[in-house]
Amino acid sequence: MMSKRLICGLVLGLFWLAVNPARAVEVERVVSPGGIEAWLVRDHSVPITAIEFSFSGTGGAHDPDGKAGLAEMVSSLIDEGAGDLDSQAFQRKMEDMSIRISFSAGLETFRGSLKTLNRHRDDAADLLRLSLTAPRFDPDAVARIRQQILVGLQQQSTDPDSIARKVWRRAVFADHPYGRPVGGTVESVAGITIDDMKDFVANRFARDNLIIGVVGDITVDALGPMLDSIFGALPATSRPTPLADAAIVSGGETYVVEMDNPQSVVVFGQAGLRRDDPDYYAAYVMNYVLGGGGFASRLYHEVREKRGLAYSVYSYLNPTRHGALISGGVATRNDRVATSLSVIRDEWLRMYEEGPSESELANAKTFLNGSFPLRLSSTSSIARLLVSMQYHKLGQDYIERRAEIIDAVTLDDVRRVAKRLLAPEKLTVVVVGKPQGITPTSAAPEIRS
Amino acid sequence: MARLAAIITLSAILSLAASLPGRAVVFSPESFTLDNGMQVVVVSNHRVPVVTHMIWYKVGAMDEPPGKSGLAHYLEHLMFKGTESLEPGEFSAIVARNGGQENAFTSQDYTGYYQSVAVDRLELMMKIEADRMTNLVLTDEIIEPERQVVIEERRSRTDNEPSALLREQVNTAFFQNHPYRLPIIGWQHEIEGLTRDDLISFYRAWYAPNNAVLVISGDVTVEMVRPLAEKYYGVIPARPLPERVAWREPPLNADRGVEMKHPRVRQPVWSRRFMAPGVIYGATEHADALQVLSEILAGGATSRLYRTLVVEEKVAVSAGAWYEGDGRGPGVFGFYISPPQNGDVRAAAVAMDAEIKKLIDKGVTEDEVERAVRELQDSAIYALDSFQTPARVIGGALSIGQTIEDVESWPDRIGAITVDAVNRAIAAVLKDQHSVTALLLPEPTS
Repeated sequence: MMSKRLICGLVLGLFWLAVNPARAVEVERVVSPGGIEAWLVRDHSVPITAIEFSFSGTGGAHDPDGKAGLAEMVSSLIDEGAGDLDSQAFQRKMEDMSIRISFSAGLETFRGSLKTLNRHRDDAADLLRLSLTAPRFDPDAVARIRQQILVGLQQQSTDPDSIARKVWRRAVFADHPYGRPVGGTVESVAGITIDDMKDFVANRFARDNLIIGVVGDITVDALGPMLDSIFGALPATSRPTPLADAAIVSGGETYVVEMDNPQSVVVFGQAGLRRDDPDYYAAYVMNYVLGGGGFASRLYHEVREKRGLAYSVYSYLNPTRHGALISGGVATRNDRVATSLSVIRDEWLRMYEEGPSESELANAKTFLNGSFPLRLSSTSSIARLLVSMQYHKLGQDYIERRAEIIDAVTLDDVRRVAKRLLAPEKLTVVVVGKPQGITPTSAAPEIRS
Repeated sequence: MARLAAIITLSAILSLAASLPGRAVVFSPESFTLDNGMQVVVVSNHRVPVVTHMIWYKVGAMDEPPGKSGLAHYLEHLMFKGTESLEPGEFSAIVARNGGQENAFTSQDYTGYYQSVAVDRLELMMKIEADRMTNLVLTDEIIEPERQVVIEERRSRTDNEPSALLREQVNTAFFQNHPYRLPIIGWQHEIEGLTRDDLISFYRAWYAPNNAVLVISGDVTVEMVRPLAEKYYGVIPARPLPERVAWREPPLNADRGVEMKHPRVRQPVWSRRFMAPGVIYGATEHADALQVLSEILAGGATSRLYRTLVVEEKVAVSAGAWYEGDGRGPGVFGFYISPPQNGDVRAAAVAMDAEIKKLIDKGVTEDEVERAVRELQDSAIYALDSFQTPARVIGGALSIGQTIEDVESWPDRIGAITVDAVNRAIAAVLKDQHSVTALLLPEPTS
């Protein structure tokens, strides 16, 4: 039903252009008259302003037990009417001025985004303030959005990719909240009340867990008052629900969820490391060589290029605060799942035993440094980077320093981190499909709310 | 969705519309043609020292010989294998080693390849891209594993996706004659039967400089690009191109229904498609008005169909319309609706039918047209925020036979759309026309 039918031949996404770290990006720290901090990159090439922000410690993993999906539901409802404006009035105002406001719930954070033409900046600030401080949660809008979420969840309940991811997370995180789907389940979403959402807004959005990145055609003098007008009315402190670190289960289990599809979807992985781990960059480089490098990775070469086993195979680091992972996926014909997995385990082992070669290391560094500017494709994506830099405490000069940090990774570092992280016999594997030659070690865990 | 489609498929960009109301200043690409007939377009943007290098071949799935579906796409995969001077896989290795991002795509109408790199690597990209225009080496050892990859891709995109399986069936009912009826990725049995000769013949026939458009977007000027383009692409001789079939669709003389039940479907979806003109096919004078119409019907939460059917009447969980008119062949104007949980898809379809009838009988209002035009024009300003959009819009337009002028005049043309123009388009496309109705249903539980 999408309007265009393009088939991408290869796996990498479309990343275009944007910024030369050295030349174009100057990160300024702005503090508003009311004391609200934001990091700013000024770019005068287009008359628009983009603001990205997040509230830490208030993503889906922080939803109360039995209420999984609360953060997600709030994110879908806080632009459905606020203040004096009901849902249609609010949306109509946005559309008439081409103001783009959106919210989303991640695992750890609740995120928001505003993009506006400069000529409508004041109205945009007004609408965003209203949605953060005075969302209405009218029963009509709540019922409608709940329907949309439930229908989506039901559809996911038969989608092999979605099932594989959810079951895998439940397997590695067991009863920890990281093992729940951020979007909740049909049961949990059905039970979320309007009061739950009002409590969420009252307790989770505050100035002490707020991080802001701004990019666009705006001056420091104009930004200060805008920050105050949007965020100034938020309470000073949030009431977070603390999370314990997860004990990641990775003992080499294999689970199979039977589904009558021509292709099996496989998710595999084990414990990883946090963003603030001293070995993070070494792991980042290692993962590029192993399965993160698009057409250049070992997994791509061995599984796809050499043997034609799959269209898609990859690995990635997921360096969350309370349960960091290294994981990956492959989708392959049912009678070749066993072969694919065995090739993947071999590569896991080869990296564990040998690490990368000198030239693989050098190539990884050139790619990771050379392609960094291409990752910043728009004002919003730069603004998101500014938020991430603050969240992970990378420093205001991170964009300039990043290349040095990556260049400093040595072969010994990568070999050490490969030994530390990788253990092919301890991969937790979930297969959704009708795989041949795969013996499950026990029954697949239920998805929990 | 409609707005996104408008930006990505058709729009040009008016860079200063915001500050100079009433005077659309269009994004200004420069263009020249090499002696061998290859068109080169340069879109300068000096914000940062990065460049995107895209080559578009005016050949897509619709140009495949009968019985050879999937050929264009399979060849696209194989273009990443070796040439006379590069080992298989070396192309991508060079791009990655130079910090570049790359990909490729195949549509019914064209096939494209691109790399985004630091501007000092542009020459290298041109060198290797020009090399694989003529020097591709294909052996059975190379093509066989990749055939399996393509079939796995088909499984992921189509066979594992009930809605994609249905779409494939709908296309065969909707297009009676035009090759758009066949899937871009191909039928599995035909992918299995494609030979090395098929691939090489297709490559030799269509991958020629005089059948290509080069679009370079970023920190470059025509002065920089021209000598490089002449050096790498200009030396490749033009070749006679095969005659293209001038496909025309006969009228749809009956209403058709396509229904699929699938055990993995939880949410039924109804949709209906009408044959429509495109920007270069059929009654093209309606194309811009149809874009405005789809914005009116489905351009957001306050658009007509969502507001009426989802918010007010509550007969649907989602409802909308779409327009595709940016190919070489016939376009589609479609409607879709999906009922609430445990709701009745046929009741939802009746409500959508009533909306379509109302549209035909009463047309659109002045206010609706004004809002839609403004939203579309504003979206063009946002499109400037990305380097991708200009290159894609221009490359796509030129590949199907439009001109830079067509692209550049888009905001003005949209601005000139009146209520009358939209109502005429409605009459031409929706009134007294037959259609194809599709239903995706859960497998009934007995």
